[in-house]
Amino acid sequence: MRQSPASPATFDRAAQPAWSARLGALLRRSWSLVTLNRKVMLGSGIVGFFILVAIFGPLFVTQDPLKYTYDLVAPPSPAHLLGTNQGGQDVFSQLVVGTRSSLGWSFVAGLIVMAISVTIGLVSGYFGGFIDDVFSVITNVFLVIPSLPLAIVAVQYFNRSTFTVALVVALTNWPWGARVLRAQTLSMRSREFITAAKASGERTWRIIFFEIFPNQISIVAASFITTTIQVLLAVAGLEFLGFGDQATISWGIMLNSAYTGSALFQGAWWWFAPPGICIALLGSGLALLNFGIDEIADPRLRLKARRAPRGKAATA
Amino acid sequence: MTDASPLLDVRHLSVDYHSDNGTVHAVTDVSFTLHRGEILGIAGESGCGKSTLAYAITQLLGPLAEISAGEMLYYGAGRPHPVASREPCSPSAMERGRAASKADQREQRTQPALSDLPSPSADGEQGSREATGGLGVGPSALPSPSADGVGPLGVGPAPVDILRLSPRRLRALRWSELAIVFQSAMNALNPVMTIGTQIMDVLRAHRPAMTRAQRQDRAAELLRLVGIAPERLKSYPHELSGGMRQRAAIAIALALLPPIIIMDEPTTALDVVVQREILNEIVQLRDQLHFALIFITHDLSLLLELADTIAIMYAGRIVEQGAQRDLYRHPRHPYSYGLLNAFPTLTGEQHAMYGIPGTPPDLRQPPAGCAFHDRCPLAFSACTAKLPVLQPWPVATTQTVACHLYNPRLHATPPTTAEIAASYAALAEGRTSR
Amino acid sequence: MRHLIRRLSIYVLAIWAAVTLNFFLPRLAPGNPAEAVFTRLSQQGPVSPNTLHALEIEFGVNTTDPLWVQYLKYLNNLLHGNLGVSTFYFPNSVSAVIAQNIRWTLVLLSVSVLLSFTLGSLIGVFMAWKRGSALDSILSSLMTFFYSILFPWLALLAAYFLGYVLGWFPFADGYNTRLTPGWSPDFILSAAYHAILPALTIIVSTVAGWMLTMRNSMITTLSEDYVLMARAKGLSTARVMFAYAARNAILPSVTGFAIALSAVVGGQLLVETVFSYPGIGFALFQAIQSQDYALADGILLLVIIATVVLNFIADLLYAVLDPRVRQERSA
Ligand SMILES: Nc1ncnc2c1ncn2[C@@H]1O[C@H](COP(=O)(O)OP(=O)(O)OP(=O)(O)O)[C@@H](O)[C@H]1O
Ligand code: SF4
Ligand SMILES: [Mg+2]
Repeated sequence: MRQSPASPATFDRAAQPAWSARLGALLRRSWSLVTLNRKVMLGSGIVGFFILVAIFGPLFVTQDPLKYTYDLVAPPSPAHLLGTNQGGQDVFSQLVVGTRSSLGWSFVAGLIVMAISVTIGLVSGYFGGFIDDVFSVITNVFLVIPSLPLAIVAVQYFNRSTFTVALVVALTNWPWGARVLRAQTLSMRSREFITAAKASGERTWRIIFFEIFPNQISIVAASFITTTIQVLLAVAGLEFLGFGDQATISWGIMLNSAYTGSALFQGAWWWFAPPGICIALLGSGLALLNFGIDEIADPRLRLKARRAPRGKAATA
Repeated sequence: MTDASPLLDVRHLSVDYHSDNGTVHAVTDVSFTLHRGEILGIAGESGCGKSTLAYAITQLLGPLAEISAGEMLYYGAGRPHPVASREPCSPSAMERGRAASKADQREQRTQPALSDLPSPSADGEQGSREATGGLGVGPSALPSPSADGVGPLGVGPAPVDILRLSPRRLRALRWSELAIVFQSAMNALNPVMTIGTQIMDVLRAHRPAMTRAQRQDRAAELLRLVGIAPERLKSYPHELSGGMRQRAAIAIALALLPPIIIMDEPTTALDVVVQREILNEIVQLRDQLHFALIFITHDLSLLLELADTIAIMYAGRIVEQGAQRDLYRHPRHPYSYGLLNAFPTLTGEQHAMYGIPGTPPDLRQPPAGCAFHDRCPLAFSACTAKLPVLQPWPVATTQTVACHLYNPRLHATPPTTAEIAASYAALAEGRTSR
Repeated sequence: MRHLIRRLSIYVLAIWAAVTLNFFLPRLAPGNPAEAVFTRLSQQGPVSPNTLHALEIEFGVNTTDPLWVQYLKYLNNLLHGNLGVSTFYFPNSVSAVIAQNIRWTLVLLSVSVLLSFTLGSLIGVFMAWKRGSALDSILSSLMTFFYSILFPWLALLAAYFLGYVLGWFPFADGYNTRLTPGWSPDFILSAAYHAILPALTIIVSTVAGWMLTMRNSMITTLSEDYVLMARAKGLSTARVMFAYAARNAILPSVTGFAIALSAVVGGQLLVETVFSYPGIGFALFQAIQSQDYALADGILLLVIIATVVLNFIADLLYAVLDPRVRQERSA
C-alpha cells in the first residue's frame, strides 16, 4: 500500500497535516470564531441555556407538572411562578419539563437529516455519474414535497406521536443540505489533497469522511440547525392543533391545552404566552447560530470588523 | 506626447482594511501625479495594493476599507478636454482617427492626428458641441455652476479634492471625468443586462438631453470604435467571448470620453493573442482620444511597451517611479530590477532570469525599515532600521527611488544596474548550490 | 428549454411519488382504516355500490386483486378525478369538497406569499444598502425573532388582540356567514375583510425569511464588480440598487422559493385552522379529527401537486429573470 518515498503523491501527502490534526485545528479555530462572532456568541448562549434547562431543569422542579390543584387559571404568584392552567397545573414546571421533549426531538430530527444529507451529498458528489444522477433526481423530488401536510396525514395513519412528526419532517428536510454538500464535494473532488490521498491508496470512504467531510462542517452545521428549527416549529405546530401525544409534556402540548381551553379569551396570558415565547427564543438562538455561521463562511457578510491594534494580529 | 499640465495629483494616500484578524495597510503614503494624456503604469506583485489604490481613486472601496490619510486633487474640471473641445467625438472624427491610426500605428504615438495642444476658447467648444449634437465632454456636462452657487468641481484650474466631494458632485464627476475598466470583464458586466443597456445607462445618467435614438447611435458607434459589431448591443455578457467582453468594458469606459481611465489588469484574464490585440487597441484609442491612463498590471514588460511613466509598488508603497525609458535602462530599486527580470521581454532581448526569492510580506505587519529587506539581495544594516523614502536619483532627474543604497549618508556608492544583476545572480547561485 | 423540460420531468416524478405514497400509506398503516370508514358511512345512511367500490379501491379491502391491479385501478380512479367520498361532508365526494375549499386557500396563499415576498425582498434590499446601520441591526434582530415564530401561536395572538380585544377584524370564518356566497360586491368585500388577519399572520411570520435571504444575497452582490462599476459610472443610487444589485440578488430568493414554499404551505394549513378559514387546511384538520381518511389523502395529494406547480412557476420565472439559463439551455 505504501509507495516509495520518492513518489510525489506521498510527498504531497506528507506535506498535508493528518486529518486529525486538521480537525483539531478546525475545532480550535471554531472556538475562536465562536468568541469572535457576536451572532454565534449570542446564539450559542441562548441554545446553551435551553440545553441546560432540558438536561438539568426537571431536577430542580419541585412541583409535579401534571398534578391537578384547585388553583384554576391562577395568575402568576410566588407559589406558581407562571400561574396555573385550567386543571390547576403549574405552568412554570410544565415549561421547564417540556423543554426536554421539544428540544430533544428537534435535535434527533436534526441528526437524522444531517446523516442523510451528508451521506447522499458526499457520495453523489464524490462519485458523480450514474449514482449522482439517481440521487439528484431523488433529492429534487423530495425537495418539493411539503413536510407539514405529509406529517399531518402520517399522524393520522400511524400513531399520534411526536416521533412520527419528527421522523416525517426529517425525511422531507434532508434535500437542501444534500444539494449544497453535493455541489461542494464536486468542486473539492479535484483539489490536490484529495488527489494525493487517492494516489496514496487511501480507502474511498476514508477520503469521503475524513478528508472531504471536515471541510464542510459549516454547511453540515447549517443544515442541522435549519432542520432543528423546522422540526421545533413543525412539532409544536402540530401539537398545538392537537396532533400530539397528550400524555407527554411539551411546549406544543401546553399550547394545545391553552388553545382548547381558550386561555387567551379568559385573559390567561401566562398560560398561553410562555411556551410560544420559548419556542421563538430557542428558534432565534438557533437562527442566530446559523447566520453567524453564514458570516464566518462568507466574510463579505461581516459588516464591521474588530479593529485590532497593530501587532496583536500576528499572535492569532 | 504628454501635455505637461497635471490632471490628477494623489498625495500621501493611505488605505487600511479593518479585517477580523488585523488591520491591513494595503496602501501607505502613495503620491504621484498624472498628466494629461499620459499613460502611467503601476506594477507590483499580487497583493501589493494596486487594486486598492485604483478603488481608492475611484471611491469604490468597500465598508471595511478606510482612507486613513491623503488627498486626491483633480485639475480636470476647469479645462476642457483637448479633443472634445475641438471636435466633440462626432462619429466621423472618431472614425477618421481610427482609420489614421490603423494606417500608421507606430507613428501615431508621437504624432496624433488630432492635436492635443491646450484648449481653444470656450466659445469654440460651445459652438462645435451644438453643431455636432451635444455629445461633448467637459465641464458643461456637469451640473452648471449657477445651479450650485459654486462651480460643481471648482471654477477655473483650481483643483478639487475627490475625497471631499459631496455625493452629488462625486456622482457627476464619475465616469465623465474618471472611468475604470476592471480586471475581469465577466464580473464587471451585469450578467442580466444587455451590453447596449449598460452603455446607454451611462448616457442616460450623464447626458439627459440625449434622445433614445441618439443614445442608441452613440452606443453602436462606441462598439464599432473598440472593434465589436454594433449588432452585439443586444447581447448579454455571457454571449460574448472573453476578449469581446473586455472590449465592451472599454467601450463603456469611453462612453463619455473621460480625461482619465483607470485599467486594473484589463488583460490579465485573457490569452496572449487577445491580450496583444486589446493592448494595441488601447494604445490606438489613447492616441485618438487623448485620455490619460492609469494602467495597473503585475506584468512589468507590458508597461515597458505601453507606459510613459512607470511606478513600482511594493507592500503598499511606491518604491520607484520614473519615465519608462529610464526605468527600463536603469532600474534603481533592487525590487524593480527583480520584477523587470521576472518576465521575458517581448523584444526578445536575452538576459538571465532570476525570480525574486521569497514572498511579499503580510501587510497587517509590514517589516520594519525597508519592507523589502528580507528578500533584497543587497540589504545592509540600515535596511532593517530605517524606512527609505522616495528621492530623486540620479539627482535632479524625474526618476525617484526609495532605497538606502542611494542615500550617500548610509551607503557610500550607489550600485550600478550590473551590480544589482550580479547580486541576484549570486543569490540564485547560493540557493542552488545549497 | 432543455432545462425546463428536465425540471418538468422531475415534477412529474414528484407527483407520481406523491400519488404512490398516497396509495401505500393506508395499506401500510396499522389497524384497518377502511373499517372505521365503513361503519361511519353506514351509520349515516345507505351507501351506494359505487361509493363502496371506490372506497374498496382506496383502501385495498374486500378485494382479491393483487397489489399492482389495485394500484392501476387506483391510478385510473385518480385520472378520472375520483378521490373517493368524504365521510365528514357525506355524501359529497372528496373532489367536490376540495373544489369548494381550494379557492379560498389559493387566494389567501397567493396574496400573502406575493405580498410577503415583495415586501420582504424590498426591505432586504434597503437593509443591505444601509448595512450596519441602526435600522439594519434593529430589523435584523427583530426578524431573527419572527423567523422562528410559531404560525398558529401568532395567529391566535392576532385573533385575540386585533380581533377580539380591539375588534378591528373578524377572526373566524372566511366571510360573513349571513351573506350568500357569490360574486356580489358585498360578499367579496366581506371575504377580503375576513382574509386580513390570516393573511397578516402568514405575512408576518414569513416575511423575515425573505428579508434575511435578500439582505444576505444583496450584501454579497454589492461587492460584485458589476455593482462597483455601476457605482463608478455615476448612476443614480436607485438605478445601482435595483437594476444592478437587487436584480441579481433576487435570483437566490427565486431558487429558494421551493424550500420556502413548502414551509409556507404547511404554515398556512395551521393558520387556516386557527381562524376556521374555509380553505383546505381547515378541511384537512376536520378530516383528521373525524377520521375522514379519503378527504385527508385527497388534500395531501392536492397540496403536493399545488406545491409542485408553484415550483414550476418559480422555475419559469427564474428562466425569465436570468438570461444565462435561457440561452445556455436553448443552445
Ligand atoms: N476587503 C479586504 N479586506 C481585507 N484585506 C483586503 C481586502 N481587499 C484587499 N485586501 C488586502 O489588501 C492587500 C492589497 O490588495 P489588492 O487587491 O489591492 O492587491 P493587488 O495588488 O491588486 O493584487 P492582485 O495583483 O492580486 O490583484 C492584500 O494584502 C489583500 O489581502
Ligand atoms: S533599502 Fe535596503 S532592503 Fe530596501 S531595497 Fe534598498 S537595499 Fe534593499
Ligand atoms: Mg488587483
